Amino acid sequence: MADQDSKTTERETPSSAGSPRQIEAPLRGARLRNLATQWEILLVYLLLVVVIGNSLLSPYFLNAPNLLDSTFNFMEKAIMALPMMLVIICGDIDISVASNLALTSVFMGMAATAGAPTPVLVVIGLAAGSILGWFNGFLITRFAIPSIAVTIGTLSLYRGIASVILGDHAYTGYPKPFAFFGQGYIPATHIPFELVLFAALAAVTGFLLHKTTFGRKVYAIGNNPTTARFSGVKVDRLRLIAFTLNGLAAGIASVLLTSRVASTRPNIATGWELDVITTVVLGGVAITGGKGTIWGVVLSVFLLGFMQFGMGLVNIPGQVMNIATGFILIIAIMVPELIRRARNRASLARLAARG
Amino acid sequence: MMGLLKRRETSLLVIILVVVAAVTFRAHDFLSPGNFEYILKDSSILVIVSIGQLLVILTGGIDLSVASTIGFTGMSVALLNKADPGIPLVIIVLISMVIGLALGSFNGMLVSVFNIPPIITTLGTLSIYRGFVIVLSGGTWVSADQMSAPFRDFPQGYLLGISNMISIAILISLVFAAFLYLTRTGREVYGAGGSPIAAQYVGINVKKINFLVFALSGILSGLAGYLWVAFYASAANDSATGLELQTIAACVVGGVSIMGGSGSIVGVLLGSIFLGIVKNALTVIRISPFWQVAIQGFVILLAIVVNTVLDRRAQASMLKRRVL
Amino acid sequence: MDSILTLKGVSKDFPGIKALDRVDLSVRPGEVHALIGENGAGKSTLVKILSGVFPPTEGVITLEGKPISFRSPHESQAAGISAIHQEATMFPELSVTENIFMGHHLKARGIVGWRSMQERTRELLDSLQIKINPRAKVKTLSFAERQMVEIVKALSINTKIVIMDEPTSALTLREVEHLYTIIRQLAASGKAIIFISHKFEEIFEIADSYTVLRDGRWVGEGKVAEATVDTIVRMMVGRSLDQMYPKSEIPLGEVALKVEGLTRNGIFKDVSFELRKGEILGFFGLVGAGRSEVMRVVFGIDPADGGQISIDGKRVEIRSPSDAMRHGIALVPEDRQLQGAILPMNIRENTTLPIIGSLASRGVLRRDAETAVAQRYGTLLQVKSAGWEAAVNSLSGGNQQKVVLAKWLATEPRVLVLDEPTKGIDVATKATVHKFISDLAAEAIAVILVSSELPEILGMSDNIVVMHEGRITALMSRGEATPEKVILAATTSAGGERSSL
Repeated sequence: MADQDSKTTERETPSSAGSPRQIEAPLRGARLRNLATQWEILLVYLLLVVVIGNSLLSPYFLNAPNLLDSTFNFMEKAIMALPMMLVIICGDIDISVASNLALTSVFMGMAATAGAPTPVLVVIGLAAGSILGWFNGFLITRFAIPSIAVTIGTLSLYRGIASVILGDHAYTGYPKPFAFFGQGYIPATHIPFELVLFAALAAVTGFLLHKTTFGRKVYAIGNNPTTARFSGVKVDRLRLIAFTLNGLAAGIASVLLTSRVASTRPNIATGWELDVITTVVLGGVAITGGKGTIWGVVLSVFLLGFMQFGMGLVNIPGQVMNIATGFILIIAIMVPELIRRARNRASLARLAARG
Repeated sequence: MMGLLKRRETSLLVIILVVVAAVTFRAHDFLSPGNFEYILKDSSILVIVSIGQLLVILTGGIDLSVASTIGFTGMSVALLNKADPGIPLVIIVLISMVIGLALGSFNGMLVSVFNIPPIITTLGTLSIYRGFVIVLSGGTWVSADQMSAPFRDFPQGYLLGISNMISIAILISLVFAAFLYLTRTGREVYGAGGSPIAAQYVGINVKKINFLVFALSGILSGLAGYLWVAFYASAANDSATGLELQTIAACVVGGVSIMGGSGSIVGVLLGSIFLGIVKNALTVIRISPFWQVAIQGFVILLAIVVNTVLDRRAQASMLKRRVL
Repeated sequence: MDSILTLKGVSKDFPGIKALDRVDLSVRPGEVHALIGENGAGKSTLVKILSGVFPPTEGVITLEGKPISFRSPHESQAAGISAIHQEATMFPELSVTENIFMGHHLKARGIVGWRSMQERTRELLDSLQIKINPRAKVKTLSFAERQMVEIVKALSINTKIVIMDEPTSALTLREVEHLYTIIRQLAASGKAIIFISHKFEEIFEIADSYTVLRDGRWVGEGKVAEATVDTIVRMMVGRSLDQMYPKSEIPLGEVALKVEGLTRNGIFKDVSFELRKGEILGFFGLVGAGRSEVMRVVFGIDPADGGQISIDGKRVEIRSPSDAMRHGIALVPEDRQLQGAILPMNIRENTTLPIIGSLASRGVLRRDAETAVAQRYGTLLQVKSAGWEAAVNSLSGGNQQKVVLAKWLATEPRVLVLDEPTKGIDVATKATVHKFISDLAAEAIAVILVSSELPEILGMSDNIVVMHEGRITALMSRGEATPEKVILAATTSAGGERSSL
């Protein structure tokens, strides 16, 4: 039911054919960009609210070493949120990331128990994560199955395999140097390695997304995959890359988390897919694809992270924090929709008044 | 319409028979009436919740919050029963279903009024409702000896020689089969899922249907909530965790299309029983129960891939409209 | 006899475009009325108004003497108007019976009456001699069969007016005959049929009266018995052909593109043609003839099942759009909004997408290079906007099409394929685009022009290829071509059978 009304808003009439003239001052930022910037400003305010609120609730909050240490708890999810951005901007979704992390951790545990040294463990972690992510992308692009369907299946399959191998034991025999990744600091500072790694990866992701042809193509695919395809963009290949990168990030996160807790237990990273997706969506990335910026996601990472840290300081249990996360996810999607409706109503009113 | 019992359901039946034969070969007491009755009893809850999932998937959605709803409604009535054992069982079950209705309706409202994609809505409420369980229970759990006898014994009871659990599952199946095949609204569920645009063209209120299926899924999860805590004689914070994936597996294996618009009660029954058989077979053949989740995941993936490929082949051959 | 449906002074405005301008229409019961016009003449807008998709901006519509206004397609149906839309209104997984009764299932005491619905469906199918199993799932039916189901659906709700939009475009000879029989039966039973068609032979075969639209305006109407192809074409086009199209004589160069025996199973077969530098090769045919499908294969969107393509004399393998682009082929696709442009993105981003790799240094975007390209081609094509950063969805349809053209020109193609480039565009922009195409040819670019508009093809092309049902049925030069010859080739199958007699 393609309705021309909703597709174009007009400036000139066709009869003003006359001499072509360009208005030289370019419109800085289409409506699309305005919304993203507004969202980030909103996030900055919310972050301030969270920081102030938490400082009032607990004297332990606004303390540099504490804040820095608090990042240990959410940097793994933050790193997974980065390529998840790519996946969601492309118009897909991946809810198997936590299961990927778990299975990768199991593989590392098996290797550690067999005596593998730290570098080998890291390679296994990164490789396993990437392959599991690639498998998602393969099923999705080769068989043209919606990503939601495939990743529900792999969510279950990966967690299942992990559980078969692990049973109800836990791997704890990780070599000492391995602990650096998840527990270590940059020498002579109190800055966690995880935080620095996230900052570096965020910079890379931001660069990729906003400054390279890869990023341009990702946005194109998310906005209109058909036109992208007609324009020579290798849509399926890019989607496959996005899912593989998502898997790689899960692998990195797995190395970090396993190193941090120095073990692989059956319930490792349970429910993390919710946190990762919430982080991305809260960061202003539209669930329908085609929109979103790195700044929004970075702000969102700290917004959610500090919020959870603050709640932990006043002893709110984890599963209760999940209530908040669940609501945030829903509200983060509802708000743009409500804004869009209000805008539509306003512009319809304008049209009627003009007409 | 009975012709809807097509190849997919019959091939699933054949697969079930083959698996049963194979397992019986390994462990002779697998096919004993006692064991088989146990399988059916154990699958009853899955059947009930999967029917709710079927309704949602038919409209093109998905409900990941069913397990959390079971957890919350189960804990609620268990605590209620502990506080006042005198409340009649019928009231207990009704309360469980009403709470489930409320939780399901919240999902329905978010999806139909606010246009939030079902995957996101239920990913959120999955955590929200599970969080509510802890808030409600205050970290404690309800054990068997804290439940009243009627509460705890009902699932173990029999009516006319058939286990209560199985009877309820059969009753629900019949009721919803009637709903889906014999009422206009039920047929409109298929319409709304098969093609929302076409559905609007013929005057179907797609938003109302979307709301309704989540509400119904909630009611069924509420019913399952009571049955769960009573059957397993325990209401814990993590009751039924992961069950949502089993319901999706039951549907997908039973031939329900993940895109919506097609699927049957019979398929869901067969899918649930298949999973129940697999679960039981693992114990009987003495394979670690941890394989269950892995097999479930594998089965979901396989079923989705196969279904999609088969559908696409059929569509492609239809598109070749000319003999040149 | 009085009309059952009349439109008086009906207009429809969209922002910047007047799609319909005070159109009149009057249809009598028992009459088959043809609605004729070029692309963009306003036919589909008229149909959408009648079927309740959107309301008219002004004008009066009366049904059986009473004025009506619909707020939804459902209301239009309830009032007795059925539009045969084909794909969009079917439920593929459900049976024929259910497709017909969805939304108004027969009930007895709250329970769906399957048996009575099956019987009624059987009755309706039999009354039109349609041999389809009521229990068959619609997804298993052929194109023609689905159309029949749509017609039966219309009958099941006691429709008074049936609107058919190019109904025979994808049917075989026998299916078309059957459809004609059904249409005659419907008319005989007192229903009014509005029949939209390009095929002149069809109009003369089945219609009693006609109305011609041009650029959204009513141009003429009359009885089919009193009209000729000539009079109708003149009404459609309005001017003589050479007045409309700026065609300069350009010497044709070497063969730039050669296609031999190109085949795609079930869609087109044995397509062979040559294209020279500086030539404009017109591809004419009716909807469904296979022209766009051929171009999709040439551009690498779809795979070929046989045949070969050569560029500048060398055989090439084209398996993807990027392959095609590497060989200097560009395709301006048929559907501007779905395939041509990315509406939420701005002009610069759209224009540079196919060549973005070459505008970047080692993968890093260079804004200045992009803006230069957007400026160069946007100015060349006279795109009217508030600047290169303006979002494409803020432009008029004509300007959007110019952006798409700019985008493909920026790839500096040797072969430019244009698929319905002036569809749905206002007259002034159309003229600009036509001039532009001629200029391109003058610069030795080889151009393929796919179009369903006969005047456009006759006016612009050096040579014309005509396709029908997946085969090339004629190849004629500008000098040899006449409207009658082209139409004949477009409606006659390769074996010489006429498609509608």
